[in-house]
Amino acid sequence: MNIFLFAISAALVNNVVLVQFQGLCPFLGVSKNTKTAAGMGGAVIFVMTLASTVTSIVYYYVLTPLDLQYLNTIAFILIIAGLVQFVEMFLKKKVPSLYRALGVYLPLITTNCAVLGIAISNVQDDLSVGESILNGFFSAVGFAIAITILASIREKMERNNVPKAFQGGPIILIAAGLMALAFQGFSGLL
Amino acid sequence: MNKCVERLYNGVIKENPTFVQMLGMCPTLAVTSSAINGLGMGLATTAVLTASNLMISALRKVIPDKVRIPAFITIIASFVTIISFLMQAYTPELYDSLGVFISLIVVNCIILGRAEAYASKNPVIPSVFDGLGMGLGFTVGLTLIGIIREFLGAGKIFGFEVTTELWDPIAIFTSNPGAFFVLAFLIAGINAFAIRKAKKTGGKPKLRRIDTCAGCTNLSCAGRRMADCPEGEDIGTTEASPAKKEFFDIENDVDVKAAIDKPGAAEVKNAEPLEGTMTLDMTTGKVTYTSPKEEEGKE
Repeated sequence: MNIFLFAISAALVNNVVLVQFQGLCPFLGVSKNTKTAAGMGGAVIFVMTLASTVTSIVYYYVLTPLDLQYLNTIAFILIIAGLVQFVEMFLKKKVPSLYRALGVYLPLITTNCAVLGIAISNVQDDLSVGESILNGFFSAVGFAIAITILASIREKMERNNVPKAFQGGPIILIAAGLMALAFQGFSGLL
Repeated sequence: MNKCVERLYNGVIKENPTFVQMLGMCPTLAVTSSAINGLGMGLATTAVLTASNLMISALRKVIPDKVRIPAFITIIASFVTIISFLMQAYTPELYDSLGVFISLIVVNCIILGRAEAYASKNPVIPSVFDGLGMGLGFTVGLTLIGIIREFLGAGKIFGFEVTTELWDPIAIFTSNPGAFFVLAFLIAGINAFAIRKAKKTGGKPKLRRIDTCAGCTNLSCAGRRMADCPEGEDIGTTEASPAKKEFFDIENDVDVKAAIDKPGAAEVKNAEPLEGTMTLDMTTGKVTYTSPKEEEGKE
């Protein structure tokens, strides 16, 4: 599999937020400014890559030999929740600089539906462990791209005179809708 | 009996998860391309929510407080697995069109939110009705959005042609961007109504907000509790917009901003405070830091 094609497909054409509608809570909630958004994006890249790796290894080497594939939802959500806790403790103790940069965002990710969604679609699409890692990484990169763009738009919008009824949520949804429209253009790439 | 009716009213009208609390945004946008998909997703969520509320409420005195979140998640995930098998067997078409979002009911904020806020503190029967009410409220929301999108985008309602010759359907409403636009105008409409109502009564309008995590009742999201969530208040127009302020505004003497710019610098200056905890307040975008000494003081 061509890595470049894989990257384009996972990050842009099938963008996890704008095309697949997963992980909208942090996308809308943590995009107030670019710095926060980039931090969140970084944390998601970190966790999603790790979660894709661990869940696909568990699926192929633990659940499949035991014929327990149908338990994947339960297994994956518990793995992800445990993994995020573990990563938080590990970073706090061993890599303090990274913890300072990503630490505040980690608890936000535990029930981020994008992480579970990617883990489940990895096994539903029969991706191998290596492909799952790539898919997890590049999907998260797509998330980071989308949230950073939305944050930049929101920073610009701070100066604009938005009708009162559209303030807060609606105008952001419209911005996100226009972004989704732009990302639809990528579907011609593959 | 009155309490059960009150729970149903509360879920469907007063605290409607879609239009009042703005919860479960992902399925709300993703599966509402047609009315039948919205209805199916809503009913599946209702079934899971009712069953998990029943189970969690029945076990509320057995589950230790410290491990309640993993326990709730396990219970919810089990019911989601059961529902997904039932749908695969009896409604295969719906199962295919909802795809991964059936599994993602596990991480729907509404379910964990109700478990934490209601079912874990109340007796079984009111909890069941609470789940039923919230679930039906969600179903109504999704079906309504589904009807609007299907009507505008395909000229149909529940698959039946309505506008065959009146106009050409605007296909964008059934595709992804349309989901954002329809929801945006629905919320704006509700807000406009709230503003007009507030002008008449002279109070402050209660605007719906989804731009922060403030309204999210899912406490494992950001580790927040129900009590910490401010009511959906007026957002204000120009002043105090966090984007213009410095984001990393630390109340204690830990220089997080410097730490991120230059990881080495702040480490030397504050070697000790790493033992404490940092929390991110979603409403203000402020990072607060609790040192271990303060934590001891709290306990």
